[in-house]
Amino acid sequence: MTIAVVTFPGSNCDYDCYKALKDVVGAEAEFRWHRTESLGDVDAVVLPGGFSYGDYLRAGAIARFSPIMEAVVAFAGKGGPVLGICNGFQILCESGLLPGALLRNEKLLFSSHDVHLRVENADTIFTRAYRRHDVLRMPIAHGEGQYYADAETLSLLEGDERIVFRYVDSEGELSHETNPNGSAHAIAGIINEAGNVMGMMPHPERAVEEILGSTDGLGIFSSLVEHLRSGPAAVTV
Amino acid sequence: MDRVGREADGIAGGGGTGSTGAPEPRAGDPEITPELVREHGLSESEYEQIEEILGRTPTFTELGVFSAMWSEHCGYKNSKRLLRLLPTEAPWVIQGPGENAGVIDIGEGLALAFKIESHNHPSAVEPYQGAATGVGGILRDVFTMGARPVAILNSLRFGDLTSGRVRYLFSGVVKGIGDYGNCVGIPNIGGEVYFDRGYEGNPIVNAMCLGLMKAEDLIRGEAEGVGNTLMAVGARTGRDGIHGATFASEELSEDSEAKRPQVQVGDPFTEKLLLEASLELIRSDHIVGIQDMGAAGLTSSASEMAGRSGSGVELDTSEVPVREAGMTPYEILLSESQERMLVVAKKGREEEVRKILAKWELEAEPIGRVTDDGSFRILEAGKVVADVPALPLTEGCPTYEREGVESETTKGLRETDLAPYVKRDRDVESAFLELLGSPNIASRRWVYDQYDTTVRTQTAIRPGGSAGVIRIRGTNKGVAATTDGNGRYTFLHPRRGGMIAVAEAARNLTCVGALPTAVTNNLNFGNPLKPEIYFQLREAVLGMADACRLFETPVTGGNVSLYNETEGDAIYPTPVIGMVGILEDISTLTRHHFRNEGDAIVLLGENTEELGASEWLYVRHGLVAGEPPAVDLLEERRLQHALLALIEAGLLRSAQDCSEGGLACALATAAIGDGDSALGLHVELHDRIDPVALLFGEGQGRIIVSCAPEEETELHRMARNHGVPSRKLGTVGAPGGIFTIRAGNVAIRQPIEQLADAYFGSIPSLMETVEPATPPRLSQ
Repeated sequence: MTIAVVTFPGSNCDYDCYKALKDVVGAEAEFRWHRTESLGDVDAVVLPGGFSYGDYLRAGAIARFSPIMEAVVAFAGKGGPVLGICNGFQILCESGLLPGALLRNEKLLFSSHDVHLRVENADTIFTRAYRRHDVLRMPIAHGEGQYYADAETLSLLEGDERIVFRYVDSEGELSHETNPNGSAHAIAGIINEAGNVMGMMPHPERAVEEILGSTDGLGIFSSLVEHLRSGPAAVTV
Repeated sequence: MDRVGREADGIAGGGGTGSTGAPEPRAGDPEITPELVREHGLSESEYEQIEEILGRTPTFTELGVFSAMWSEHCGYKNSKRLLRLLPTEAPWVIQGPGENAGVIDIGEGLALAFKIESHNHPSAVEPYQGAATGVGGILRDVFTMGARPVAILNSLRFGDLTSGRVRYLFSGVVKGIGDYGNCVGIPNIGGEVYFDRGYEGNPIVNAMCLGLMKAEDLIRGEAEGVGNTLMAVGARTGRDGIHGATFASEELSEDSEAKRPQVQVGDPFTEKLLLEASLELIRSDHIVGIQDMGAAGLTSSASEMAGRSGSGVELDTSEVPVREAGMTPYEILLSESQERMLVVAKKGREEEVRKILAKWELEAEPIGRVTDDGSFRILEAGKVVADVPALPLTEGCPTYEREGVESETTKGLRETDLAPYVKRDRDVESAFLELLGSPNIASRRWVYDQYDTTVRTQTAIRPGGSAGVIRIRGTNKGVAATTDGNGRYTFLHPRRGGMIAVAEAARNLTCVGALPTAVTNNLNFGNPLKPEIYFQLREAVLGMADACRLFETPVTGGNVSLYNETEGDAIYPTPVIGMVGILEDISTLTRHHFRNEGDAIVLLGENTEELGASEWLYVRHGLVAGEPPAVDLLEERRLQHALLALIEAGLLRSAQDCSEGGLACALATAAIGDGDSALGLHVELHDRIDPVALLFGEGQGRIIVSCAPEEETELHRMARNHGVPSRKLGTVGAPGGIFTIRAGNVAIRQPIEQLADAYFGSIPSLMETVEPATPPRLSQ
């Protein structure tokens, strides 16, 4: 079982994701350079955080045109699991794998601190290790994380339970103060209709060891690995 | 009487090879006149020395080159002799001052590179780019040693936040630091921010970077091997930042606004690519040397590389990749365009170097070669435009020992009788609330919320604690780092201020359980030609030297920023100590905030009756006066050793030192923590000291620790064995409980949640509720 971590020029969480997968969860992880046109034999893809192509123009807007993204889109189209974190989430929205967009934070400032997330859907390949309404703690670090989508899309996301995580307080309650970037419906992470592509702004890979302050992010990686171990064989693109 | 000397006696004047003959004046270049020499910031006698070294009149290009290399910023004219007083050696020092960054051995085959640098002048006129490029420069200093940057810290000073101009500078600087470091992906783990009228027109922006490497990967900035190829790597050279080094060596004035074009523009995306490409290059076998083109650009990088190795360099400016056509050799040599490196490639490996850079979408072009004649020779399309002996250029900058005299005004301020102020201000509760909300004591979360603090998944203690800590993967070790320096103390008593900066930095490191190991320093002072400023500089350096020697923390490098003045008014003299420490076992990591209800709160050290130079005096009476707190270095060292022993023995639940705002504010910060689970406390003080001084005095050498009640006896026993006074102050209270301190017949009693709101809310409300920050208006 192999999980590919894509490195774009300007990615800076690629190594963190790689280490979380390899050292903490014990999965096989490999880097894929953005210029590669094929993913090779992989079972899942992680698009890590960072500032791909400097986030010039708009976060993720240039990365979606890099050669590897064609392969990622095709991989996702065949049902391959794709996880986008932070900048990776932005790239997934830009490339149309997920609906909506990520705008500049409401207060227009970069925001970096621990947030609490409520697991809204524990029945996805990325969240089975959790229970519905578990409250997780992990860091955010972004300037463009305000989730936006039109009313129709939002009600679709709500109706289909495709909102996976929402920003809440430590008790799991929603409030304006605990929504760190002004995201619509306090959305921190969503999944696509087919259930194989998830994007989230917070960083689960930064919450996988006690020394880092939290281990609440582990479940996302262990859910994915568990799914791959019991699930279908690799998708080749 | 100023005494003048030259660093490299015996080499000056002897370096010219004469092999190529004197360069002829270049068509279109201005004629060398006394006015032109003055505009280049060179004195008459310095110019005479240049003529003596060359044996002729310099060309315009050569004048520019000397002006940059002999500026205060590059040449350390007025500080070099003083810097020699600092201890720089220890068995664990691999690289001391003189390189891009200092390097120490941290065991297990690993080395730590670190350095601090200032970007005060550029930040004063263009805060966003000024601060951003400061971060860029310090990152390059570290990765050119072969180390991967792993953490950033910042030491910042601004005027009072009530001024719109100050808020403009403050928010611009913070955003600049954040945007740059966040994009490159280096966590910010700490530092300090202070506000005082004394920095109104001239903020201080010091950035520190730490990098890790295998000791064997260390590479130095030397141009070795005759015939090897010099290559310009990274971004292209443009017309930005020309003479930035000289600008940084002048006082600021109204005209400084017009110098915005001298401020460089940063591009963190290119920096990230350059970082990865450089580390790949260094680990390849294709290069022998690499150096950042920082202050004074190509001039300093090429001449310093030649100077360090004793060889010469020859390069052709027409081969340098440029952003626009028609740039003169003068402009190309002095441009401070960012994100560029000078690399010495092994002869015949140019194509391999180019390939590595191309992978990262960057350029690498051969621009010259290493020679054996000791000359710094510049050609333009094959024609010599400058030919200067390299060593006198880099090492021959005249150095001065100036006259230093203490200012009478300062002396008067120090001797101010504070008794009347204490007598008429007895309301300790309102003073406490005001202090806790002072931007100098309140949480700086507004600042570090804009910095990525957790990228690289190594941060064990984030900003907001005593010191930042990162764990070192693959080992049990951690590295702690802090920056410290109190401008008010140094203003009122420079020598003591220098000592306290070192003592406090060491104290902060020991509070997290790290052994203080080495120092990088940033001296931020006014115009050294004024005797009262030179006095401050000399005294502060002497104080730092004493303390560094005693704490066994050698200085491995740093930066000097002089001429920090606006319209003739100098900033407070502000020596900033960047100190690193090692935790051999990161599981002993200790945090600053109380952990459990019922734990004993214990004071290590003695309370004193010292209110001079305190935040209480500034906040309550608008005064910067009085005698700064005394510091006994030997006692301080005993205290820190005791603390480390207690931590190692696993007795402590928390440790926090007393600094600005005194005992009361230190207790409050330890109780509030990161705000998630603030705890109440009950403390009784029986010292026979005036309650105001007892609560808010900033006496040194005190640490507040907490421990489980059953460990208290053992704690006192161990402290006694170390010769350190210890006593119980009180008990940690309930989550969301009441914060009570009784001192004689006065008391502070507040719900902890309310204190937390004041502590976290102060800076955000200052930044949000007052009218928007105003950029400077040049004319109206």
